[in-house]
Amino acid sequence: MTLLWIALLPLLGVLVPALGARLERRYCSLATGLLPAIALLLTLTQLPSLADGETLRFAVDWVPSLGLDLAFRLDGLSVLFNLLILGIGLLIVLYAHYYLDADEPYGRFYAYLILFMASMVGIAMADNLLLLWMFWELTSLSSFLLIGYWSHRSDARKGARMALAVTGAGGLALLAGLLLVGNMVGSFDMNRVLASSDVILAHEHYPLALGLILLGAFAKSAQFPFHFWLPHAMAAPTPVSAYLHSATMVKAGILLMARLHPAIAGSELWTLVVTLVGMTTLLYGAWFALIKTDLKGILAFSTVSHLGLITALLGIGTPMAVLAAMFHILNHATFKAALFMTAGIIDHETGTRELSRLGGLRRAMPVTALLTSITGAAMAGVPLLNGFISKEMFFTSATKADMLGGISWLLPLLATLGGILSVAYSLRLVHAVFFKPAREAPPSSPHEPPRLMRAPVELLAVLCILVGLLPSPLAGGLMDLATRAVLGEPMNFHLAIWHGFNLPLLMSVIALLAGIGTYLGHRHLRHFLRGFKPVDARLVFEGAVQYTGRQAERLLACFDNGSLQRYMSLLLVTALILAGLGLFRMPSLAGDQPGSELDGVLITGAVLLMFSGIATVITHRYRLISLLMLSMVGLLVSLTFARFSAPDLALTQLSVEVVTMILLMLALFFLPQKTPRESSMPRTLRDSALAAALGMIVASLNYAVLTRDHNSISDFFIENSVPGGGGHNVVNVILVDFRGFDTLGEITVLAIAGLAIFKLLNRLRLFMPHSDVEGRLWSPDRYPMILTTISQALLPLALLVSVFIFLRGHNHPGGGFIAGLITAVALILLYMARGVEWAQSRLDFQYQPVAIAGVGIATLTGLGSWLFGYPFLTSSFGHFHLPLIGDFELATAMIFDLGVYLAVVGATLMILANLGKLTTPHRPSKQGESTTPSEETS
Amino acid sequence: MESLYAITTGVLSACGLYLTLRGRTFPVVVGLTLLSYAVNLFLFSMGGLTTDGAVVINGEDDYADPLPQALVLTAIVIGFAMTAFAVILAMRARGDMGNDHVDGRTKEDSEESRR
Repeated sequence: MTLLWIALLPLLGVLVPALGARLERRYCSLATGLLPAIALLLTLTQLPSLADGETLRFAVDWVPSLGLDLAFRLDGLSVLFNLLILGIGLLIVLYAHYYLDADEPYGRFYAYLILFMASMVGIAMADNLLLLWMFWELTSLSSFLLIGYWSHRSDARKGARMALAVTGAGGLALLAGLLLVGNMVGSFDMNRVLASSDVILAHEHYPLALGLILLGAFAKSAQFPFHFWLPHAMAAPTPVSAYLHSATMVKAGILLMARLHPAIAGSELWTLVVTLVGMTTLLYGAWFALIKTDLKGILAFSTVSHLGLITALLGIGTPMAVLAAMFHILNHATFKAALFMTAGIIDHETGTRELSRLGGLRRAMPVTALLTSITGAAMAGVPLLNGFISKEMFFTSATKADMLGGISWLLPLLATLGGILSVAYSLRLVHAVFFKPAREAPPSSPHEPPRLMRAPVELLAVLCILVGLLPSPLAGGLMDLATRAVLGEPMNFHLAIWHGFNLPLLMSVIALLAGIGTYLGHRHLRHFLRGFKPVDARLVFEGAVQYTGRQAERLLACFDNGSLQRYMSLLLVTALILAGLGLFRMPSLAGDQPGSELDGVLITGAVLLMFSGIATVITHRYRLISLLMLSMVGLLVSLTFARFSAPDLALTQLSVEVVTMILLMLALFFLPQKTPRESSMPRTLRDSALAAALGMIVASLNYAVLTRDHNSISDFFIENSVPGGGGHNVVNVILVDFRGFDTLGEITVLAIAGLAIFKLLNRLRLFMPHSDVEGRLWSPDRYPMILTTISQALLPLALLVSVFIFLRGHNHPGGGFIAGLITAVALILLYMARGVEWAQSRLDFQYQPVAIAGVGIATLTGLGSWLFGYPFLTSSFGHFHLPLIGDFELATAMIFDLGVYLAVVGATLMILANLGKLTTPHRPSKQGESTTPSEETS
Repeated sequence: MESLYAITTGVLSACGLYLTLRGRTFPVVVGLTLLSYAVNLFLFSMGGLTTDGAVVINGEDDYADPLPQALVLTAIVIGFAMTAFAVILAMRARGDMGNDHVDGRTKEDSEESRR
């Protein structure tokens, strides 16, 4: 349970500053530090049981189906990192308290910082590969937020984006690698993975998995060639650089390599790749640290270099090298965090980080100068400081490594070279800032920082000295635990300052002397380097990003050019290819069902249908004629339904046809009457070919289906219609009962379409023609006498018919849809015969509420069945007897059908009546717009 | 008969698709309507073509398939709503853009692209 708390407390701690941002800064900082401090203490309480050789574990299932457990472990490696993360984290909170300006949102800063701390603790303690990866990604995200904290600065945004892109991509590679490993082992449990080294190493995918995992680790730990994001991450506030980019986050990759060391490290491939990448990074980083002039830039590249050193040690992989790696993790974190903090102090006090503008600060800041000298010397590996011991151990490991066969002597040579450079840049850092006379005055007059701002640096500097003097009593126990966790077995060692006169000592001496020499000759070096053009990684990266974006845009522009015709043809070509492939795979088009006989009526109907369809196309430039042809198609389709035993469909199609034609004619009134001839001949040909090909596909498909036997679920509906739905007309029972939910959806769509049209017609600017397409003026006789008379007589009759159709719907062809359409047609006829004003004054109500009421009634009918404990839209029915009328049947489905009826009437009239109103000054717009439409004639 | 029915659907689809590829709004709306006729006929035929078998339960047992009929019935109504919406959108586009081209280009746009 304690383990869970150690991992959870920092996570909960994220909320503290987020909620406490309104508190005074002092209290906010204190409260922020509280939970991590408890977690640190809890970690320390576990040390005795760890010293007994236990590995503490805690696990509960989280997502067992994925193999993801909420599992934590505490071994030497976790303890080492927990101490670094929590300990240095607390110092950073203290430091940031003084570093941030008064007006900066410190609550947000602390929240990000603690979020990072929590995810880092998660990586250190995760006992499950997937959990580890999850925390890993969290560190990438929180580091993104922290680097981009000063989001008003372009370099911060770009640096944050670059860090996220590189570490995020590495994270994906890592996920793939971890999944592969989990697959090989059959579990994501860390213990099982660590114990399955033989399985993993023997697996055929081992090189791939190793490559992916190392990609993730190298990207995170800024190893060459992924190092470039780290110097740009220095756009972050200095506490972040000190914490993330020296002490913790960049060590996550190293932590990962150390954690998985027992499982994946036992191969030559590992040794070769990791050592060489580490050595390259060591030299590359050291070289650039020497030639950079920005204080934080120097520190960033020196961090890259030291990370390379640790990586190389893990690559060499002997117990001695692992010990050196663990020890250097600790030492590097102490001196580098301190150095970053002093860099921040200098920046804070002088206003600049440029070496050329700094100098002679030892008079103004004597204590800071002393502290920087100590920590800088530790970085250089000066004897009696902690850096010296781990660097000696590195040299020792390098002399004993033999993975390069005959040229293994190269390693100590390169190591010494790295040592020389590291002495040179450390010396330059300290000397140029504090001891060299200033060339120009810094922007603001420097003085010592607040006492407590310096305190973290002092503490770390003291640690550098103490560990350097008494390595074994202070760090021996911790190193024992950590190496045991990495190597899997206890190791006999003794940390000491003095090992006698040997090769590593000679290498150290050479490094010191040659390093000083290099610094003295530094000016010539700089002069020599001026001949080379510097490559700015940010420019390269941004260029790559923008190049990718441009290419993507270009690719997209190939098919997304804003032309509907282009989209349509692409869509149709795709459909053609896919459906064509499907047909191609069929063994034969015709099925085994015998065809039925043709007769004269059928042939005539089909010919007429095809003729009117083709005529619609041919005449499409003369829109009115085309529309008439279209109406012929509609009528024939209706007849087709009637011929093939679908009376409901025939009725529906017929009434919809009337409504559609009125609608399209009304709309055509406001649109150009003719289509200009625009398409070129090749285009017309291309479109015809495409349409014809698709038509053939449709015909083939249809033929294939029609000639095959099929199993339908309809027998169920036919059998249950009368006993279950209480209706003889199965189509209607399906609509209002079996599939009532679908119908509810349909009428909702209908009502929404009506409302959307109502909205579209609002404030519409119109082009109203004076005359028809031939130039004839409209007839002054607006409302023909005969139509007026007949329509008035027809109205009650039509309404009666619609009631009849509605009532018989459940048992005979008819129903709410058809009745609704007939009512709508009857009312529209009235509008047409008498004009909008006349009809509107008599039908004095809005149609929107009618449509909405229809949907409402249908929904309520459905909800009503809940009252009786049945599922939504369960219908019931019964037989009733009324005198005079006799036996009849009532079903709740009829109420539902009433809803359908109202929705159809409301929506249809909402569309047509509002469109019709446009021809008069009564437009459905806000009042006060009485402009005469004819003024806007085009 | 089946082949004739299939050819009819095919011809109607081809006509509808050709019109949807045109560059002006009204023919496209007409094309969509035509296409929806074809699609409805196609869907309707999925249950087979039955003569004299309206699905009104009357004691016989040779009925047409009611399910495609129910689906097509709602499809007809929804198709109407869609046509109405499309044509009103076309009117609105003409009102706001000044032309009835399907790409919704204003006069300035097309002049710019011509330059």
